[in-house]
Amino acid sequence: MARTLLIRGMLVGLLAGLLVFTFAKTFGEPQVDRAITFETAMDEAKVKAEMAKGMPAPPDEPELVSRPVQASYGLATGVFVYSAAFGGLFALVFAFIYGRVGHLRPRAVSALLAAGGFVAVYLVPILKYPANPPSIGQPDTIVFRTEIFTIMIVISVAAMVGAAVLRQRLVPSRGAWSATLIAAACYAVVIIAAWLLLPPLDETPEGFPAAVLWKFRIASLGMQFIMWTTLGLVFGELADRILTSGYGLPRANRPRTVLH
Amino acid sequence: MSDTTITPGIAIVPIPVRELLPWVIFGVLALLAIYFVGADEGATSIVPGMYVHEWVHDARHLLGFPCH
Repeated sequence: MARTLLIRGMLVGLLAGLLVFTFAKTFGEPQVDRAITFETAMDEAKVKAEMAKGMPAPPDEPELVSRPVQASYGLATGVFVYSAAFGGLFALVFAFIYGRVGHLRPRAVSALLAAGGFVAVYLVPILKYPANPPSIGQPDTIVFRTEIFTIMIVISVAAMVGAAVLRQRLVPSRGAWSATLIAAACYAVVIIAAWLLLPPLDETPEGFPAAVLWKFRIASLGMQFIMWTTLGLVFGELADRILTSGYGLPRANRPRTVLH
Repeated sequence: MSDTTITPGIAIVPIPVRELLPWVIFGVLALLAIYFVGADEGATSIVPGMYVHEWVHDARHLLGFPCH
């Protein structure tokens, strides 16, 4: 059962990757290109100013991967690996929580897990540390930026897990509605505290076009929304068939369906 | 919702933890894959050089990871 779910999860991840790639190619890449144009113009102006002061021109950096390759095969590799990996993780977490989070059928569990994953893994962390196009971000702060971004994700995911556990514990005494509201409020308190306590980050260079930044971040948001929605709904449908009718399993392993 | 039964016709049976444990290794591999897309040859580096970073460059930016 776990194996079947894991394989389905990764396959749905690849399907999500295809949709995400198409979206990213259409809406994300134009913004990356505009950001790189800005970056190149900044670099050239800097070199010009330094040469005017009598400094030697810096050596040309070798281009390891050309722009067209980065924007096609490179983008595809990153998106597919990321989506398939999340598909696998999604399936494993689903396999653990299914039947342990109340009397919900598989597709409902999958949809809720996707919503929680989107909020905890992406939305909440990027509200503090948004996605940035090329030319935003100092190279010498990359370690620091990666650390605080990772810490933000870990806090957010841990708080979401904690909120889900808390909700489960409160349901018997408070009822589902109140338990959900209390758990959500606790999650919000932890997140707001993390947002306030973690260091701010603002490395956007002077003159960077605001419209490009906005469109880039919306494209990034759209990619994640597509990935999590696909995982939640498509995996949910497959899991529903596997767990309720044994679809795709060898006959001997099929669960006994209880149809009253 | 735990206190409402919206699926009366289906038996909701959890998958035993001992059946799930062997597959956790794939979760670790998935996290490693996400690390390679998101952070290798940036903040830390397992593979020497900048080739992985440059290859997945656009995906890294668009997926929201810090880059450069």
